[in-house]
Amino acid sequence: MVTPGNISEDGIHRILDTVTDPEIPVLTIRDLGIIRNVILGEHDSVEVQITPTYNGCPAMDMIAANIRLALAEHEIKKVKITTLLSPAWTTDWMTEEGKEKLRNYGIAPPNPKQQVCNQGLFAANEAVECPHCRSHHTHRISEFGSTACKSLYQCDECKEPFDYFKCH
Amino acid sequence: MPDQEKINYLLHLADTTLILSHRNSEWCGHGPVLEQDIALTNIALDLLGQSRLFYQYAAELMGNTDEDQLAYLRTEREYKNLLLAEQPNGDWGQTILRQYLYSQFQQLLFQQLVTHNDQQLCAIATKSLKETNYHVRWSSEWVIRLGDGTTESRERMLHAIDELWPYTGELFDPAAYESVADVDFTSLQQEWNKRVKLIFEEATLPVPEKIFMQQGGKTGAHTEHLGYILADLQYLQRTYPNSIW
Repeated sequence: MVTPGNISEDGIHRILDTVTDPEIPVLTIRDLGIIRNVILGEHDSVEVQITPTYNGCPAMDMIAANIRLALAEHEIKKVKITTLLSPAWTTDWMTEEGKEKLRNYGIAPPNPKQQVCNQGLFAANEAVECPHCRSHHTHRISEFGSTACKSLYQCDECKEPFDYFKCH
Repeated sequence: MPDQEKINYLLHLADTTLILSHRNSEWCGHGPVLEQDIALTNIALDLLGQSRLFYQYAAELMGNTDEDQLAYLRTEREYKNLLLAEQPNGDWGQTILRQYLYSQFQQLLFQQLVTHNDQQLCAIATKSLKETNYHVRWSSEWVIRLGDGTTESRERMLHAIDELWPYTGELFDPAAYESVADVDFTSLQQEWNKRVKLIFEEATLPVPEKIFMQQGGKTGAHTEHLGYILADLQYLQRTYPNSIW
């Protein structure tokens, strides 16, 4: 139990693990790699450093509010939330656990950036695995999807359309 | 670097991304197909996010103001955006071409800004560049599809080139405050020409010869279109001063 006077970094992280992404509720903000640092200050104050996924992502304000709420439930109220832009967020920070959760939710997780993710012009389409039948015979329908972080794909085997969390 | 110049440069970057974002958002619900409507509004959102970061940084340097005041309470003559960004949407082809010409420029410019000695500017550029790479890829694929498409799509692209090309000279004609960018505009222009030529060739579209180029946006002399955009964008804040979200 984390209470004021008994605050540890681990304890704060455990609380933050209950905060999920408003758009993709199966992912915690730690799974996404949004939490960068937790810094304990004097008199039970806590600074949480977060980094935005996309610059215009409308979920960021809500995430910050949800962090405050989660900590407030444990009576931790002296909270400062700082936004770090550098180093820039990358999908490589997403946890393996998070990728598995995404797949089970029906969203193809991002490919590892250094290996197959290709952002070049006229580059061959990357092979994206269908989260439903695991086939790699898929094709891109649109570069952009329902949120800034996703693009639209369709599986050529099971014919299901699906979201791909694009690598960034 | 001198602060006023830096502030002006940040406002120039913020205004350009805001105005282009606003133009693209005018397509929301009007795109030719749902997926592309979503693509363009996604790009509008990315640009809006970038513009907020530039405004926030400018506001921090200026003191006594914030991102909302900078966006909603400055007049046409105070806006420093590129003329290209404020040009009307026209048809889908014209919107696509405007996006491509700008994104290609933004990508090359930000590739230089990522090594800028101002850490915050560098951080914003690094973060934005990831988004811009997607914008370049999406818009260039569309330029090729339309230019090398049907007779009608090709004609529309030729028309779009006629409409927009006169606003591309300004990209490489630095205003006095742009000295803080520490960017070599000559090599930037050469590289941009090279990339655009590659895409236009792929799209079977001609690259225009040297023609008269419009300029003035960077120092506040805009085309007649900006006033209408601001009337729309700033209406609420002007009519109900100090209202907050």
